[in-house]
Amino acid sequence: MTLNTTPLQVENLAVARGGLAVLEGVSFSLSRGAALVLRGPNGCGKTTLLRTIAGLQPALSGHIGLEPDAMAYAGHSDGVKPALTVTENLRFWADIFGTSTIETALTQFNLVALKDRPAGTLSAGQKRRLGLARLLVTGRPMWILDEPTVSLDAASTAMFAEAVRAHLQGGGMALVATHIDLGLAEAQVLDLTPFRAKAPALDDFDEAFL
Amino acid sequence: MRALLIRDLRLAVRAGGGFGLGLAFFLIVVVLIPFAVGPQSALLARIAAGVLWIGALLACLLSLDRLFALDWDDGSLDLLATAPLPMEAIVSIKALAHWLTTALPLVVIAPVLAVLLNLPAAGYWPLVLSLLLGTPALSVIGTFGAALTVGLKRGGLLMSLLVLPLYVPTLIFGAEAARRGAEGMAYGTPLIFLAGITCGTIALLPFASAAVLRVNLR
Repeated sequence: MTLNTTPLQVENLAVARGGLAVLEGVSFSLSRGAALVLRGPNGCGKTTLLRTIAGLQPALSGHIGLEPDAMAYAGHSDGVKPALTVTENLRFWADIFGTSTIETALTQFNLVALKDRPAGTLSAGQKRRLGLARLLVTGRPMWILDEPTVSLDAASTAMFAEAVRAHLQGGGMALVATHIDLGLAEAQVLDLTPFRAKAPALDDFDEAFL
Repeated sequence: MRALLIRDLRLAVRAGGGFGLGLAFFLIVVVLIPFAVGPQSALLARIAAGVLWIGALLACLLSLDRLFALDWDDGSLDLLATAPLPMEAIVSIKALAHWLTTALPLVVIAPVLAVLLNLPAAGYWPLVLSLLLGTPALSVIGTFGAALTVGLKRGGLLMSLLVLPLYVPTLIFGAEAARRGAEGMAYGTPLIFLAGITCGTIALLPFASAAVLRVNLR
């Protein structure tokens, strides 16, 4: 791992959802200790862009330069198993990512009092906190977050912003798609609206059926 | 990888995990058969091996649709796909967990249920051996079917339609080995074929399952 290379470099990227191009010509880069907030109206392709960068779907065109084994992805769902306790859920992800400690994550997201509760009995906000605590136990420097503050109250949102800030100060990076203000003053903002894909020309529309 | 296996085993035995469902189904099917065909012990002895194999196969099918569906619903499949585990390892572990929680109990209980069907004494060892060799193939093929239909609403039925034809070779050689054993004939050849099918599926299908899972995650 060299400190000189840019950990995430996206060049002229085009992504598609359900076979239709939604974004094109997206370029940005993220250096160590920086955060980038993606904004845009519903359906403009924020989730699709994040899933493409996370490697869950192929890009239409363009180039994604991402350090191997650097990324931890958190989507709309938390991936929390209701039958397992909070500790067991976190311990599982720690084992998968080959890290050892889950205590910091429990303290940082205020989950210590809940740690022996089955995750199925948690409220939506508590589940979300558990989902976000998972990012800490992955030990990965690049967080790719899709609407991380859904169902969090103001205090938990501040707690989350604090965790992201600490992560950035430790040399980490965050790529966040969100609608609300996270209180991360240092984060750059990228509005995706100008990158919306042009609707395909309708000239050869009939040919698709012939 | 061990963490994933332990998690899946733990989830299976916790509330709502469905452990024992296949076992109960197997028990009920085997108990119902004598009621349907009548108490003729000679007839029962002749069909016992086949009935036990069909019962085990259907019981295996029962819990397959939950294999990836639960992880799909709560988003852990996305997270696992971006984790440092290769997809091939994930599907192999899932198949192993399914075999341990569903198929292995069936293998263990089969000789007990064979008593109900009046299986001749010579047939017990070949029955257990054929199930032991054949059920891993059922789990691996079933994992492929589950990976194909993950994310589909009511995909379980479609999965059964896709998977059952693929089960035919395993069923033919497995039931044949058990039947030959019960009739006191040599059963080595079908057993070797069965082992071959199982080895082949274990070697090849995880790659296919991983590929279709990647496509389904898009």
